[in-house]
Amino acid sequence: MNTEQVEIRPGETPPRRRRALALVSGGLDSMLAVKVMQAQGIEVEGVNFYTGFCVEGHTHAIRERDRKKPKRNNALWVAEQLGIKLHIIDISEEYKNVVLYPQYGYGAHMNPCLDCKIFMVNKATLMLRQAEDLAEQCAADGDGFDFIITGEVIGQRPKSQLKWTMPLIARESGAEDRLLRPLCAKNLPPTLPEREGWVDREQLHSITGRSRAPQMALAKAFGLEEYAQPAGGCCFLTDESYSKKLGDLWQARKRKDYDLDDILLLKIGRHLRPRPHFKLIISREAGETEFLQGYRYQFSSFEMVSHGGPLTLIDGEFESEEEALWAASIVARFSQGREAEEVTMTWQAPKGVGKLLKVKPMPADDIPKEWHVGGT
Amino acid sequence: MSVAPDASIPELDVRRLLCPIPVIRTQDRVKTMVPGALLDVLATDPGVLNDLPAWCRINGHRVVATDRRDGTIVVRVEVGGAAS
Ligand code: SF4
Repeated sequence: MNTEQVEIRPGETPPRRRRALALVSGGLDSMLAVKVMQAQGIEVEGVNFYTGFCVEGHTHAIRERDRKKPKRNNALWVAEQLGIKLHIIDISEEYKNVVLYPQYGYGAHMNPCLDCKIFMVNKATLMLRQAEDLAEQCAADGDGFDFIITGEVIGQRPKSQLKWTMPLIARESGAEDRLLRPLCAKNLPPTLPEREGWVDREQLHSITGRSRAPQMALAKAFGLEEYAQPAGGCCFLTDESYSKKLGDLWQARKRKDYDLDDILLLKIGRHLRPRPHFKLIISREAGETEFLQGYRYQFSSFEMVSHGGPLTLIDGEFESEEEALWAASIVARFSQGREAEEVTMTWQAPKGVGKLLKVKPMPADDIPKEWHVGGT
Repeated sequence: MSVAPDASIPELDVRRLLCPIPVIRTQDRVKTMVPGALLDVLATDPGVLNDLPAWCRINGHRVVATDRRDGTIVVRVEVGGAAS
């Protein structure tokens, strides 16, 4: 705690406790950034932005094998450990522009990390301003936030966390010098909270580089024993296979666009594109089948009748009935009737009218690897 | 603990939505409610069984009971004094 003594003369009101809004991702870095602030007596609240590409939660809810793992939302869990409030905000709609037209381009895959950071800090800045306005309207000092903190570390991520990108994020987001990165602040010019003396710069850190050792040591010093596995893995856009599926979607539709269902479906099943004008989304297990059932009012589908097997959504249109039969024979390959002479399945239009198809499953060797979008 | 159906308690239907969307929708709904009010959240993602109680604990609300009705998970939330 900050033990600095402040002299208050009669008639003066004591200085209020300064408040920070923290971007909480659920990883170790943002957790540590909050801890560093709390250690200085700063009151912190968290904000977590939902982009639609977050890994955790979704696959847990869908796939059987993932359901067995303990399920938790890491941002909520972190907030609870830190004893802070957390605002979870759905930015998935506005975030589309970031993914579709990143001003600073993509990282190794479809991850627009630099634009993403600018966008998130900008959103937090708007919250900070809204909170300020609200505090003014209510004349209730103490309700607003004074500054924003993030768990960024210089050199940690190849694209978004470099020394030159730090001021860029601060400037482009509109946060300017109300953006403080407690873990690497000593390598950056002093920010407003430091200059104003709300925060003691000496107690901030100068972590740089990709090694996680300094963070681990700091976690130990704070007595944090459990935390989510750091670095990567929290956003599907950094995943190679997922990024390829997203690129394929744009190519097939001849336009860069998506809605929430599209990006959710890219997380589920095998995706095969045997022809440019249609893609087959084939469930891999019961949990996925159950989930894809919910989309049958939107897509036409194949469902096995004679044997156990996957449910398949058809994204696109067949050009002829022959093509539908051919596609059904591909799908049959992934059913329990793969060795049978003939299998039966329904081909159902989105709103229910179905047709029975009888096909011979396609031999495995006839299914080229290239059909598997983003790998098998 | 079972949740007896009660027509006077408003429901929030977040079935088929995946976490954290059920939490986000609950959060937005609770903002419009008064302290002490009850809300039944109807969900299918089992994640709500962990995430909603965690969200409630953080923000000063309370999960009164949870139940399953015909494949739907029902979480009854009581709005706390300081609605977030
Ligand atoms: S990994 Fe994803 S969430 Fe994180 S900065 Fe990059 S694009 Fe944004």
